[in-house]
Amino acid sequence: MTDDSHVDGNALGALFFDLFGREMTDQRGCCAACGAVNQLGCLKVYRAPGDVARCPSCGTVVMVVVSSSTGVRVSFEALRWLELA
Amino acid sequence: MSFVTRGFRGRRRTDGPADRVPPGQYVTTDFPVLSAGPTPHVPLEEWRLTVTDRDGRQISWTWDEFGALPQETVTVDIHCVTKWSKLDTVWDGVSLDTLLDDFDSTSGYAFVHSHGGYTTNLPLADLTGGKAWVATGYDGAPLAPEHGGPARLLVPHLYFWKSAKWLSGLVLADNDRAGFWESYGYHIYGDPWREQRYSGD
Amino acid sequence: MARAAIQRRLNWLIAEVVSTREETPLVRTIELECPGWPGHLPGQHLDVRLTAEDGYTAQRSYSIANPADGEKLAITVEHVDEGEVSAYLIEELTTGDRIELRGPIGGYFVWEPGTGGPLQLIAGGSGIVPLMAMLRARIEAGSDELVRLLASARSYEHIIYREELSEIAQRDGIEVTHTLTRSQPEGWTGPSRRVDRAMLENLVWPPAREPTCFVCGPTGFVETVASTLVELGHPPGRIRTERFGPTGGPT
Repeated sequence: MTDDSHVDGNALGALFFDLFGREMTDQRGCCAACGAVNQLGCLKVYRAPGDVARCPSCGTVVMVVVSSSTGVRVSFEALRWLELA
Repeated sequence: MSFVTRGFRGRRRTDGPADRVPPGQYVTTDFPVLSAGPTPHVPLEEWRLTVTDRDGRQISWTWDEFGALPQETVTVDIHCVTKWSKLDTVWDGVSLDTLLDDFDSTSGYAFVHSHGGYTTNLPLADLTGGKAWVATGYDGAPLAPEHGGPARLLVPHLYFWKSAKWLSGLVLADNDRAGFWESYGYHIYGDPWREQRYSGD
Repeated sequence: MARAAIQRRLNWLIAEVVSTREETPLVRTIELECPGWPGHLPGQHLDVRLTAEDGYTAQRSYSIANPADGEKLAITVEHVDEGEVSAYLIEELTTGDRIELRGPIGGYFVWEPGTGGPLQLIAGGSGIVPLMAMLRARIEAGSDELVRLLASARSYEHIIYREELSEIAQRDGIEVTHTLTRSQPEGWTGPSRRVDRAMLENLVWPPAREPTCFVCGPTGFVETVASTLVELGHPPGRIRTERFGPTGGPT
């Protein structure tokens, strides 16, 4: 697979601020599909119509963010847990 | 929210004939690449396109079989929900009328699958009647992987997320069901002329 | 930075352009004064928002190029094809203009002087920007981490911060290597190809020295470098990446 279109979870830093009121890219989350634990800054973020964040270990979609006319929808699609340290 | 950045106008949003550029769109000469995941590379010898009807009956084409179907070259305008439109794009492919010829056209909807897991949905009536193709060529060359090659759906009258890249199959059904973007709030139908970007638009 | 200190809302602030400077024909540094700026760490980025008179807005992220310095901020912007924000920032924005920004953002791709070395920085094109903030912070703090920078550019003229980097390279404990991928000036003795395995083996701290590696640039560049570093035995946990996407600028 060539894979040159994504950016890092860092790119969602501002969104995380809006959600949690704090820096989150250095916090850890667990992929519900493969169990890998990674900092949110490590997620692979594909910027399509919305943002699709994938687990860097297995590629599963763990978060989806869609900004619509009514607001920003955030799906924690496959995060088993998110740690606030 | 009254702040204005001196001298910033944004992209020219006026160009392009009004009867070809839907509301809220701007014309680009680029071909931006938008993907929800990594680009899958499907070897042509393993490539299959499969249509499944509501009774579970399937027809599959191999790459060679697909290539033997009647090919068409079409010039169409495409409109991405991220607001770019691209005029006069030239595609080679097979009409969905050809592919769906042996299927009962009374199924109301098609659920579209791609390699890599992407899905989308649309009424069957939007795939037939000379309105949709499975495209394998762009601008006279084989369709590049980042643009959906080896084969993508091409439904130019709907927002371009409906034109699924890396097409692997269609499942016909009586009921509509939301695909990937549709399930997160993008419009279930996605008509650019009615600016149906998000559910509720 | 204490965790409590950064629990806050990320509000839009208004910054004034103090000066602009051409780094290369396609790259410009913009120095800003931003009242209310809360400070930042090397490697963090900020969001810029531009608003047209008709209400149209466009927003992009840029790495911060300078270490924390009160209300002073610097961003270095590369002109991206069809990039309406980069085109505005490079061609239109001038001293005295004001733009909206918010930040700092990012807690993952950051480094602070005093956290120990050695430090390995690897940049593709404008990926040098956040790494430059780290280098400048290291020099300002007078800390003693050993630092190596490997920076890839298309040509000599495309090297961002060229003069400053050649001065920095004279300092004790800092090594700077440029590789020029497309064209080289006469008498160029440095590497003349894309960053490859041999370069990462010979010019980068070996895994036994346990460096922390920061890799920044276009996504394809970062993918190749990061996966090769892992192959060479660098633990993934000590490789930090910041991908700019396919076009070379953060979007």
